Amino acid sequence: MGWYNRRLAKSLWVFHVSASPCNNCDIEILDLLTPRYDVERFGIKLVGSVRHADVLLVTGVINEKVAPRVRRLYEQAPKPVFVVGIGTCPTSGCCFKESYNTVQRREDVIPFDVYVEGCPPKPEAMIDAIVKLVGVLNG
Amino acid sequence: MSQTVVPIGPFHPLLEEAEFFRLSVDGETVTGIDTDIGYMHRGHEFISERKTFTQSIFLVERICGICSTSHPLAFVHAVEDVDNVEIPVRAAYIRTVVGELERIHSHLLWLGLAGHFIGYDTLWMWAWKYREPILEIFETITGNRNHYAMMRVGGVARDVPPEAVPPLLKTLDMIERKMAMIAKAAADDPVLRSRLKGVGVLSRQAAIDYCAVGPTARASGLAIDVRKDEPKDAYALVDFKAIVLENGDVYDKLVVRVLEIIESIKIVRQCLEKLKTAPGPILNDVKEVTAGEGIGRYEAPRGEVFHYVRTDGSNRPLRHKVRAPSYVNIPTCEVSCKGIPLADALITLASVDPCYCCTERAVHLVDARGVRITPDLLQLSRDKTERLRRDIHG
Ligand code: SF4
Repeated sequence: MGWYNRRLAKSLWVFHVSASPCNNCDIEILDLLTPRYDVERFGIKLVGSVRHADVLLVTGVINEKVAPRVRRLYEQAPKPVFVVGIGTCPTSGCCFKESYNTVQRREDVIPFDVYVEGCPPKPEAMIDAIVKLVGVLNG
Repeated sequence: MSQTVVPIGPFHPLLEEAEFFRLSVDGETVTGIDTDIGYMHRGHEFISERKTFTQSIFLVERICGICSTSHPLAFVHAVEDVDNVEIPVRAAYIRTVVGELERIHSHLLWLGLAGHFIGYDTLWMWAWKYREPILEIFETITGNRNHYAMMRVGGVARDVPPEAVPPLLKTLDMIERKMAMIAKAAADDPVLRSRLKGVGVLSRQAAIDYCAVGPTARASGLAIDVRKDEPKDAYALVDFKAIVLENGDVYDKLVVRVLEIIESIKIVRQCLEKLKTAPGPILNDVKEVTAGEGIGRYEAPRGEVFHYVRTDGSNRPLRHKVRAPSYVNIPTCEVSCKGIPLADALITLASVDPCYCCTERAVHLVDARGVRITPDLLQLSRDKTERLRRDIHG
């Protein structure tokens, strides 16, 4: 799949999956599109449908109600699709570990490829993650 | 009359958060709206009752990423209310600075998203561009762009050193010029006028009936503002106006928010001037919290946020209850969305600046053995009807 991934890396289209976050990571993702950070210059574009996506940006600890929907989104996405967990929430559960409403193993719901640490991660950190992902795709 | 239902969500390009709306439409006209929440519920109150007061501050901050000062502020007000703790005057000014800066960034964020919802992305890019300097100020005084962790029971966590004030004032001047420009441009913009004027009207009576709060209520002529009605922190010491408009349409909600940004800048400037000289510590160390009850209110960007804590003398809250402003504002869409064209429904929904992360509630069902079940409520209710019918008819 090397040739395919290299083509993909030229212009990654991302879809944003908000799986019970606190909103902040979502806002920071949108912030990436606005003039200060403007990731569109790297060909990265936020798309409205998961069927157009190459990358899923997942924010939040996945709760019980949203988990089947997140799973379904992942199944609907054309493969190969790369899943990036944005923030401490998908990485370690943040401060919601003791909650009665979050799934115990997020990896079972959706397989993550890249994690970005931070609560919320700075936009620079997210750009860095995507750049690293592009590096991996280019082989 | 046949009715069509348009489902929106849970994952929809225009929804930042996962929510589900069921719009009933007749032709192009919206006849009803139903909301299904719970996709973001994380059980804050439950977790908070297992954390100490100081840990809880970090937790309530993460109720919502945009109101990440309003919730901690209301929470520390509630804990302080138990023992009537006084806070040092310098801490009061710092709290107000952080709270008002948050209002500016939140309103700008809404303004941008409102532009995005009506397909006017220029406004989005513009508003968010000028939001960045505010986040930079936050980074200077709190160390983070969002989630500031500034509040403590009895004061604040970090000082704003007097030598940091002049550069902040300079940035503020720049922001004020840009905001004046945005305010004028937004008010005169023909696109915004024709898209928003007279759309999604919430009458004064409906605002009262639905207990609307914040800019949603103030745009409908209801003068309620916790900062004026029950001034805490430094709000009694600064001079500002509560903005109240009459029409209750989306355009007025926009204007209220834009004018509030200008007022907030005024408040921040007054507080920063005072911080140059205001003496004293920033934290009044609270060693223990006695048994009792406390309530805390704060005017978040979206309206009044309310926290209640009951304590038993230990270092944790026995009960912690949160009511966020969107919880009362979102149902107002029931009246404001009725009878408007489908194309206007989304901006009307967005006009209350809904924050679902704050609002989330969940229903949990356990069966007779205490095992948690997650069926859908409709099915359970049908089963019950079946059971009753069988019982009656034998
Ligand atoms: S990682 Fe932090 S900022 Fe991001 S959604 Fe979770 S709690 Fe919010």
